[in-house]
Amino acid sequence: MARASDRKVASGFRKDPVLQQKSPKTPASGHDKLMIGQSSAGIWLAHAILILGVVIVAFPIYYTFVASTHSLQTILRPPLPLLPGPEFWTNYSQALTGGGTRIGGVGVVTLLVNTTVMALGIAIGKIVISILSAYAIVFFRFPFRMTFFWVIFITLMLPVEVRILPTYKVMVDLGLIDTYAGLIVPLIASATATLLFRQFFMTIPGELVEAARVDGAGPWRFFFDILLPLSRTNIAALFVILFIYGWTQYLWPLLVTNSNDMNTIVIALRKMISFADADTQWHLVMVTSILAIIPPIVVVVAMQRWFVKGLVESEK
Amino acid sequence: MATVDLNDVRKVYAGGFEAVKGVSIAIPDKALCVLVGPSGCGKSTLLRMIAGLETISSGTISIDGKVVNNIGPTDRDIAMVFQNYALYPHMSVYDNMAYGLRNRGTPKPEIDSRVRATAKTLELDQLLDRKPRQLSGGQRQRVAMGRAIVRNPKVFLFDEPLSNLDAKLRGQMRVEIKNLQRNLGVTSVYVTHDQLEAMTLADMLVVMNAGVIEQIGAPMDVYEKPASTFVAAFIGAPPMNLMALTHGADGTATVAGGAKIAGHVPEQAAILGLRPEDAIVPAPDATQKGALSLPVAVEAVEPVGMESFLHCAIAGERIVVRVPGRSMVQPGDRLEIAAGLDRLHFFDKDGRRV
Ligand SMILES: Nc1ncnc2c1ncn2[C@@H]1O[C@H](COP(=O)(O)OP(=O)(O)OP(=O)(O)O)[C@@H](O)[C@H]1O
Ligand SMILES: [Mg+2]
Repeated sequence: MARASDRKVASGFRKDPVLQQKSPKTPASGHDKLMIGQSSAGIWLAHAILILGVVIVAFPIYYTFVASTHSLQTILRPPLPLLPGPEFWTNYSQALTGGGTRIGGVGVVTLLVNTTVMALGIAIGKIVISILSAYAIVFFRFPFRMTFFWVIFITLMLPVEVRILPTYKVMVDLGLIDTYAGLIVPLIASATATLLFRQFFMTIPGELVEAARVDGAGPWRFFFDILLPLSRTNIAALFVILFIYGWTQYLWPLLVTNSNDMNTIVIALRKMISFADADTQWHLVMVTSILAIIPPIVVVVAMQRWFVKGLVESEK
Repeated sequence: MATVDLNDVRKVYAGGFEAVKGVSIAIPDKALCVLVGPSGCGKSTLLRMIAGLETISSGTISIDGKVVNNIGPTDRDIAMVFQNYALYPHMSVYDNMAYGLRNRGTPKPEIDSRVRATAKTLELDQLLDRKPRQLSGGQRQRVAMGRAIVRNPKVFLFDEPLSNLDAKLRGQMRVEIKNLQRNLGVTSVYVTHDQLEAMTLADMLVVMNAGVIEQIGAPMDVYEKPASTFVAAFIGAPPMNLMALTHGADGTATVAGGAKIAGHVPEQAAILGLRPEDAIVPAPDATQKGALSLPVAVEAVEPVGMESFLHCAIAGERIVVRVPGRSMVQPGDRLEIAAGLDRLHFFDKDGRRV
């Protein structure tokens, strides 16, 4: 329609040079946008910028990897080569089986397990708790409903760092120092995730809830059959964020773990680095760093599929 | 299979607002009862109370003779079609229809045969694997219907199910709903604010206004004998013309412009009603002249194809008159409008029919 009328206007004013110039293009006007995107200069420019961005972000990681394949002597004697060295197997097996003397010979495998348990525990625990509390607050009417909501909301203003002393005392009294529970539980309560789910649940039309009730779905059925599938994009996004939040925790694991066996990878990395350069097994530090970034990358890549799918299928 | 009885049903919302003020309706078995009224009159509230989605403040609702006030929507054996369809967005058409049956523990083979049979009657059998977002508005509407039908409930409840469709499709679906309902023989309550839908669908028409029932009756009875000026103005398009009526000292009744009404006019009558199609234009010979004759000035002519509407004025009152086909009348013309006594409606000063 629009195109046809364009053409009519163009042919009606043949003498206007601007319009006349335009008129041969008119039949293709629907593709104008595509053509801008496809002009070769544009493509090259776009790719150049993207490649530059990738290089800037990826180079330090690559350099870390390079360093992780050289011996300590090579690393300490600048300049560091730009290509991977011959020590890959030696360094990695030493690190994985506990060659890091400054962390009591604990293998990176143990550290990875500890950190994974903590990150998964925090991510899953937060999601479970917040989705359930948001479910209660949005879909049920009970006394002091809004009071509970505000109490949850207020905890937003009390991050771990602020309540660290009392929390630590509680953990000591409960005998949870050096346990996974001690690492995970204090970080689980989450107002942000509750708020996020609350906002999402409030966009679910009342009719849908009522249709489910008429269809004989009780509260649990509704939750599992309808609410959970509809929330999966949110859950995937939140899982990524929370997993990485848990993975990179520093202050709390530092306080609540004493034994080297219970260290998370971030704590171990910090311990491996001494002020004296000569004391630090830099090749093992580099190996540990590389190993430390793999799980978050896996999580992001795996979950990305999920929520891109969720975005494409946007269903309301 | 089921009757629905409402007995002095009231709804007071939490804020103290009384949305339904004592409504009693007895819907016979297999009937299609249409609740019609302007926006905010409490139709949806009433329907949702029948569904069990809204608590009943006082009065009783019975389905099949059994009081259901304290029974939840799941156990009332009703099915509802919502205005925005409320399909489960993540489930296929098949699962949408099967969900209610699964929750009730129907055996799998039976679910399958019932879903497929229902899909067939609604011409949805090619679409069973699609998600709601892959369907057109009309198809979604059918799925919503299918979800209700497949359960084979005692009562169907419809809340403006066609209001999201375009005019043509609406007409089509209207006929289909009527046929389905008749063939299935399921007692139904249908809410709409569209008086055309109400007239064509209803076995029993309930006109509501501000939380109370204005009139209950068969559609044509309501049309021909509106119980109040509200009903007179609500049912029919364009609405009935209403004019003030005064009684002279000599016992004659006059309307705007001093036109006299020949014949008996009830004492209490204060308002005269005349449907646009009951006015005769131009007036025939004096011998056939009706009880009322009004000299009017034509202000506008609206041709709609098979008929035309003349907007006329007389002494400050506005009257719409329907004439068949194309009209030769021009704005500014003067006309004589006539009507027979049996075509006149009289209402008292409170708007009640007399
Ligand atoms: N939850 C509620 N709390 C308070 N008042 C309400 C509530 N729901 C509806 N109402 C009021 O009750 C009245 C009737 O509402 P209802 O939804 O039944 O109207 P309706 O006749 O269905 O109108 P429509 O044709 O616009 O759908 C309205 O005035 C509305 O503002
Ligand atoms: Mg409504």
